[in-house]
Amino acid sequence: MESPIRFKGTASYLTNEALETSVDCALALRKPLLVRGEPGTGKTLLAEAVAEALGTELLTWHVKSTTRAQEGLYTYDTVQRLYDSRFGDGDVRDIKRYIKLGPLGRAFTSEKRVVLLIDEVDKADIEFPNDLLHELDRMRFRVTETNEDVIAKERPVVIITSNAEKELPDAFLRRCVFHFIDFPEKELMTRIVQVHHPKLEQGLVDQAMDAFYKIRNMQRLRKRPSTSELVDWIHMLKTMGVKDVKLDKNLPFLGTLLKKEQDLVAYADQMSGGARWRS
Amino acid sequence: MFVPFIYRLRQHGVPVGTQEAIALAQALTMGLHDSSLDGFYYTARALLVHSEGHLDAFDQAFLAEFRGIEGKHVQLKEELLEWLKDAKLRLSDLSEEERKLVESLDLEELKKLFEERMNEQKERHDRGNKWVGTAGTSQFGRAGAAGEGIRVGGEGANRSAVQVADARKYRPYRSDLTLDVRQMEMALRRLRMWDREGADEELDLEGTIDATAKNVGELEVVTRPPSRPNTRVIFLMDVGGSMDPYVEPMSRLFSAAKKATHWKELRTYYFHNCIYGRVYKTERFDEPMYLQDLMHDCGKHYKLVIVGDALMAPYELMRQGGALSLQDDNALSGIACLTTMQQHWKSSVWLNPEPSTYWTGNTIEAVRHVFDMFQLTLEGLTQAMQFLNRGKQKQ
Repeated sequence: MESPIRFKGTASYLTNEALETSVDCALALRKPLLVRGEPGTGKTLLAEAVAEALGTELLTWHVKSTTRAQEGLYTYDTVQRLYDSRFGDGDVRDIKRYIKLGPLGRAFTSEKRVVLLIDEVDKADIEFPNDLLHELDRMRFRVTETNEDVIAKERPVVIITSNAEKELPDAFLRRCVFHFIDFPEKELMTRIVQVHHPKLEQGLVDQAMDAFYKIRNMQRLRKRPSTSELVDWIHMLKTMGVKDVKLDKNLPFLGTLLKKEQDLVAYADQMSGGARWRS
Repeated sequence: MFVPFIYRLRQHGVPVGTQEAIALAQALTMGLHDSSLDGFYYTARALLVHSEGHLDAFDQAFLAEFRGIEGKHVQLKEELLEWLKDAKLRLSDLSEEERKLVESLDLEELKKLFEERMNEQKERHDRGNKWVGTAGTSQFGRAGAAGEGIRVGGEGANRSAVQVADARKYRPYRSDLTLDVRQMEMALRRLRMWDREGADEELDLEGTIDATAKNVGELEVVTRPPSRPNTRVIFLMDVGGSMDPYVEPMSRLFSAAKKATHWKELRTYYFHNCIYGRVYKTERFDEPMYLQDLMHDCGKHYKLVIVGDALMAPYELMRQGGALSLQDDNALSGIACLTTMQQHWKSSVWLNPEPSTYWTGNTIEAVRHVFDMFQLTLEGLTQAMQFLNRGKQKQ
């Protein structure tokens, strides 16, 4: 048996042992990897990192609330066919010309192994993941219009992301390798910040991280800031040449960390409340 | 073998089965766990757990099963011995001070000290001078400044599996704890029904295109009734008396239900202990609503949710005229009243804030014979909503 591939992250995507093991399991057992976690903890980036590490192409399927499972496999462009029959363009009898493969279909027909990212699977209807079970299991489907089977040439690596707050069907969960991306601890977070902004002064990073974790631990926040917000915020601090960060009412560029009006109000509340308490 | 561990997980409420066991066996055969307990922890977690709600239960089960099997320590001891052997050979390279240090500690003493500290220390540790960790000046750890420093473990920067499990950092994600408003909203959101109702007044574009194309271009219009959210919910809440300790979760559930914009209609009423002839529109028990009228107003497609502890004196439930308040119309016994309600509405649930361990040997048991009961936790609420969606029912 060939020894399984080991995923170790990439230069710009840092991982920990838990995440690496999950990816390894998914690769070795050829199961889809389901990644959950708070928004902004790098779920989508993981797929890019895996594709980069394996040196393969990444196909992305962004799921929306109206997405149906069928669209991932193929769509039958009836309108085009109707037009063609009206205006006499092309060969209407050849249905194959009107079958357009979706992301899953393209991943199956690809000559090389690809990484397929099914992004934010929870956005669609509750039944959506169930409709894909068979196709993901068997890695094949049938185009009913032409009576042809599409069978995966090289089993794609499937990575599925979902937000923490929604439940997915049990039957679907059972077939996946599951990983919950934790919010990074301070040490890993410092390394992540360093990867993104290597030349930043250590003093500023420490101050910023300190303020960031304090804000994150505040009560009553609806949307707590996460990794991507922190990286953006530090980017802002850097470009605007801020040298000093202090956690008070006038924290620079607070808007990059807190995106909700109620959260900004809550923040101001707690800051002024604290001041009153001290005086 | 890990089979006992699988059963332990089931005891802790992590739903694992044959499929998971086989996947894990396969992964272990492929050596994904690197023959270490830490590797096993992460591999098993990836394959056996399917939701962050179960991570904490997994950690607990793992601790119960593997605490005391200190595989990592064995590995460490060996490394330690090796290092000391090494150090002895390199004695000449060391400075005067360092040589003294090495000589001052004999092997047994060092091992003892090391184990003591490993046991004392629960968290990972950096830049200190005592604990095992990185970048410190302790004799143990990695990338430190105490002479050579003992490099601990292959992945010295990480906690061992038992320590990770012990930290129980997934506790906030448990789904069987009582919940906050947001989580409740998410759970309530599961209860939704879409109905195509009324006249065929909406153009079914896809259907039209399909039908037309299949008709080789001869236009064929397809129409359908519009799709509307059609969930109507009645909330009945027990207030006062034995429910007082649960005011907090009840009010959270209430505000979550009020916020549920995906419901077409939500009616809320109050009662005390048990329902007899009527329920009340306010918490102060004025503005009564007769049950007869309520059943007349709300057809059987309404979803009935009763929240209460179902704890009362047996006569309050079983006997005619058992109602505590005289103004209650009490021609029917409480239990008969509940049965009538259960039979009227196609789907109904009872949510109980009491822990399910107290559900036997009291009036709760009697009420459970009538209504399907779920505990007022995230898991229970989710199950209840799923149950309402399916619309199945006790007969």
